[in-house]
Amino acid sequence: MSQPKIRVRALKKAFGSKVVLDGVDLDVEQGTALVVVGGSGTGKSVLIKSILGLVTPDAGMIEIDGEDVLKASPARARELRGQIGMLFQNGALFDSLPVWENVTFGLLAQKRIRRREARDKAVEILAQVGLGADVAKLSPSELSGGMQKRVALARAIAAEPAIMFFDEPTTGLDPIMGAVIDELIVHCVKKLGSSSIAITHDMASAQRIGDNAAMLYQGKVTWAGPARELLTTTNPVVEQFTHGRAEGPIQMALRR
Amino acid sequence: MNRLLDLVALLGAAVLGFVGYIGEVSLFALSGLSHIFRPPYYPRLVGKAFMDIGYFSLPVVALTALFTGMVLALQSYTGFSRFGAESAIASVVVLSVTRELGPVLAGLMVSGRAGAAMAAELGTMRVTDQIDALSTLSTEPMKYLVAPRLLAGIIALPLLVVLADILGVAGGYIVATEKLGFAPGTYLSSTFSNFEAQDVISGLIKAAVFGFVIALMGCFNGYRSKGGAQGVGTATTTAVVSASILILALDYVLTQLLFVK
Repeated sequence: MSQPKIRVRALKKAFGSKVVLDGVDLDVEQGTALVVVGGSGTGKSVLIKSILGLVTPDAGMIEIDGEDVLKASPARARELRGQIGMLFQNGALFDSLPVWENVTFGLLAQKRIRRREARDKAVEILAQVGLGADVAKLSPSELSGGMQKRVALARAIAAEPAIMFFDEPTTGLDPIMGAVIDELIVHCVKKLGSSSIAITHDMASAQRIGDNAAMLYQGKVTWAGPARELLTTTNPVVEQFTHGRAEGPIQMALRR
Repeated sequence: MNRLLDLVALLGAAVLGFVGYIGEVSLFALSGLSHIFRPPYYPRLVGKAFMDIGYFSLPVVALTALFTGMVLALQSYTGFSRFGAESAIASVVVLSVTRELGPVLAGLMVSGRAGAAMAAELGTMRVTDQIDALSTLSTEPMKYLVAPRLLAGIIALPLLVVLADILGVAGGYIVATEKLGFAPGTYLSSTFSNFEAQDVISGLIKAAVFGFVIALMGCFNGYRSKGGAQGVGTATTTAVVSASILILALDYVLTQLLFVK
């Protein structure tokens, strides 16, 4: 079996007395898409922020291409994490910059293109997410929620990353726009041959974009398997979550 | 006995909190300063921050300095005429403006305008994940957001203070000659004969320190902001209040260092 692109073992993180991750184990195989589902506050965002280096875990191991980023030198850790493109939940577009500069920000920062080439490059990338050249000169505040998500996706794929993270990509979008964004994600990930992690509450989205799925519950991965089995598994926690039932082990845990 | 212990514990926690805060601000300042000198450099961002801090603060600083000089001349006349010392007005105005009022008032005005704007901008970037996004795009946020603002603050405030000095003295001149009956030539000669380059230079040194403090508190509070709109509001208020207090406290320290022999 080939080495996973990302391997997480016994990852722990607490904020004060609140334990968010309590020994998370998961693998993302090369070229596959893992969907992480779970209720609000179960640590899904903390998990990907830990891999990105935006949050420092208390314990555990995070390997990218077989190298533990938590033990690597800061420069090497930056290099390993430099392979990751991220789509933030609310887009996180830079308000002070026009769309074209948002899209090419990473490429300009890495000096992979010159400033005078950036606008043309941005138009090219925007076309990949179904946006016209006229959008390039607009400010992010002039765009609708769906367009902002597309621009944020364009920014995430601009550097053709080997790994992509998507934080609740369809949140706040209508079902049709959600499906469009999912299709774009699948298309971009397959085209680039990237490995990806997406976190979502949206079961339809999870089925569309995931090859594999894992459910986070009480700081641990309570279930992992093929994404197509998310809705058919007999695991009581996953079953309750995916079918949105008020009664079940999750509710019981809340009552305790 | 328990109440006394609780009080001591409370006091200890407050002291530890304060010392921790000073430590965090100091580390933030050192990190920001070190990024000024290490590549990559962002001259466009320094220019933009310079415009925000310097150019757009020109009207408020100019008006403050002009009216302060005018009031100073009027008040000095009221006091000095009781002792027949009206001729000292020009000296009082020029020394007060160049040594103290120019840098302090410009600092307070810029703190309220540019320092608040910095905290609000960085705070909004923090709560909307834009600062995290910078990190994921191969960009060090301290270098991209903080270092240019610190550098711009250090450069812009002394230039604003030069303008404040000129307009403050001009305000005093207008009131003295137009309202109080001083001869223009006498007033000007009294102004120039009673101040030295050292007075202006020391004011500019103060201004550079104040510019750094304004940018530092704006960036620090904005950068660490959390909790949505309310957090951004709190960061903005804290940035202005802490910068204003630091300006007044550092003014005393710098005056002691620069003038008291």
